[in-house]
Amino acid sequence: MKSLKAQKALQKILFYAGNTIIGIIFVSPLIWMISASLKPEAKIFANMNSIQTFVPEDASFDNYIEVFRRVDLMNVFKNTITYILLILVFDLLINSICGYALAKFRFKGRKLILSFVVALMVMPMEAILLPMYIEMSQLGWVNSLPALVVPSIAKCFSIYMFYNFFKDIPDDLLEAASIDGSSPIRTFFSIVMPISKTVYATVFILDFVAHWNDFMWPFLIMTGKESRTIQLAVQSFFGTQPVHYSAIMASLVLSAIPMIVMFIFMQKYYVEGIASSGIKG
Amino acid sequence: MAKTEQMSGRKRDERIAGYVFSLPAVVLLIAFLVVPIIYTVYYSVFQYQVMRPNDITFIGFENYHKLITDSDFWISLKNTFYFTIIVVPVQCALALALAMLVSKKFKGVAIFRTMYFSPQLTSMVVIAVLWTVLYNSNPNTGLINALLVNLGLEPINFLTNERTAMNSIIFMSAWQGAGYQMMIFLAGLQGIPRDQYEAASVDGATPWQQFWFVTIPNLKGTIKYVIMITMIQAMKLFTQPYVMTQGGPRNSTKTMVYYIYTQGFQKGNFGYACSVAAVFFVIVVAMSLILQKITSEE
Repeated sequence: MKSLKAQKALQKILFYAGNTIIGIIFVSPLIWMISASLKPEAKIFANMNSIQTFVPEDASFDNYIEVFRRVDLMNVFKNTITYILLILVFDLLINSICGYALAKFRFKGRKLILSFVVALMVMPMEAILLPMYIEMSQLGWVNSLPALVVPSIAKCFSIYMFYNFFKDIPDDLLEAASIDGSSPIRTFFSIVMPISKTVYATVFILDFVAHWNDFMWPFLIMTGKESRTIQLAVQSFFGTQPVHYSAIMASLVLSAIPMIVMFIFMQKYYVEGIASSGIKG
Repeated sequence: MAKTEQMSGRKRDERIAGYVFSLPAVVLLIAFLVVPIIYTVYYSVFQYQVMRPNDITFIGFENYHKLITDSDFWISLKNTFYFTIIVVPVQCALALALAMLVSKKFKGVAIFRTMYFSPQLTSMVVIAVLWTVLYNSNPNTGLINALLVNLGLEPINFLTNERTAMNSIIFMSAWQGAGYQMMIFLAGLQGIPRDQYEAASVDGATPWQQFWFVTIPNLKGTIKYVIMITMIQAMKLFTQPYVMTQGGPRNSTKTMVYYIYTQGFQKGNFGYACSVAAVFFVIVVAMSLILQKITSEE
């Protein structure tokens, strides 16, 4: 009996030890990044062969001040937030009403649209970059906000998420409203939307993260320095001579902070959003 | 009588509302997804240079002919497949292993989950910049080589040697991406009924047997989905080689999307780049169809 208990305890220790080791391996590059961002440039590559390299000596926020001095980071953040919020306002509205129509209204072409949406989900954006660029230049949108916003509003994946959620709303509820004389449009805005906060929060966080990380499309279409998004700023900062690694590390950390804040506040929706996509897909 | 009138009125309302509600999304999808797909194929049979926008000539399949003999195209195709074939099983297996480690509730489980997920909280650009520094071939400045030297091993020219550059990108990408798929696996694992494990353990199944005969069969749908999204993601590889190696050394990290970018946006051969894009599109669609077919037959 005692040996069994001892075995259980040993198992538990091994389990924690394994998780701890793998966990440390996973976060150590990020810890190094944060530590380096707090070190003076001369110290950044000191002590590379000891654990000391993860502990910032003479820690200060000088590098962060340096980044703000060298790059107009406020403007970059403003650009990024503006374009993402603009996308998301339309994204949440247009994709949700489309998902709702597909889930709850009977009309000709419904099945066709639905199968189109599902088929286009695997469509890689990278395959259509060139005609998209031409389309943008014909519209005169190159290097302007609409080029970032308008093509990114409609998303098959978001429509499908909304469709899946609205499908499960009981028809009785909607019928009751319509007997009371509510039009389908009013029913949607006054009854459906308020009880669907979770799906809106989920799509919001998934798309926010996706656009915050966006690189290729902004990189191709936003060529002006004034209109850069955060990922472009980080990338070009890395390529600018002379290379100040301490300032670069600070810029990397800064660009991750909004994501971390988002994660802390909306973790539940973010994780559930990722998880539910797998169950339904 | 009044009731049926009301019913048909409601039906008409519903139909109109259906069109009104779906119209904006459908219009946008057509304008910025369907039309560009058609134009990709359309431009691919033209000689079309950005520098001479008024000089577009129809050349039939000449671009595709050129592709067949273009060694750079074949290299990019090979590199894309190499990356995909290695990174998909590695990343999915890693994600599943991590999910198994943190699937049960225990003290501190949330901390470990967050640790494994944390690389996802930084963008690929950030990760690529960071790892370019970490991969530095000089052990005095590159963290990973410093570690290797400490362990008594030879330093490796991770990104500057054509033999190791792509593998280095693969390793980093799996590390960055696994946390995402881990979350999907976790949801799948939670859906497996407890009593199946109990029944198996009553029958004397070892943990390994339980994994093989209970976990895996129950997880089939999730595994299929995870492989699918990881594969499509992998085929689109661009940011890592662009930031870390510029496709080098010696084209060893040049991928299809990278080639579309160089041909179309750097050299301005739009027509030719569209033929590469069309081939890329067909490959991605074909691979997802094949994968769907293989996994649904079982």
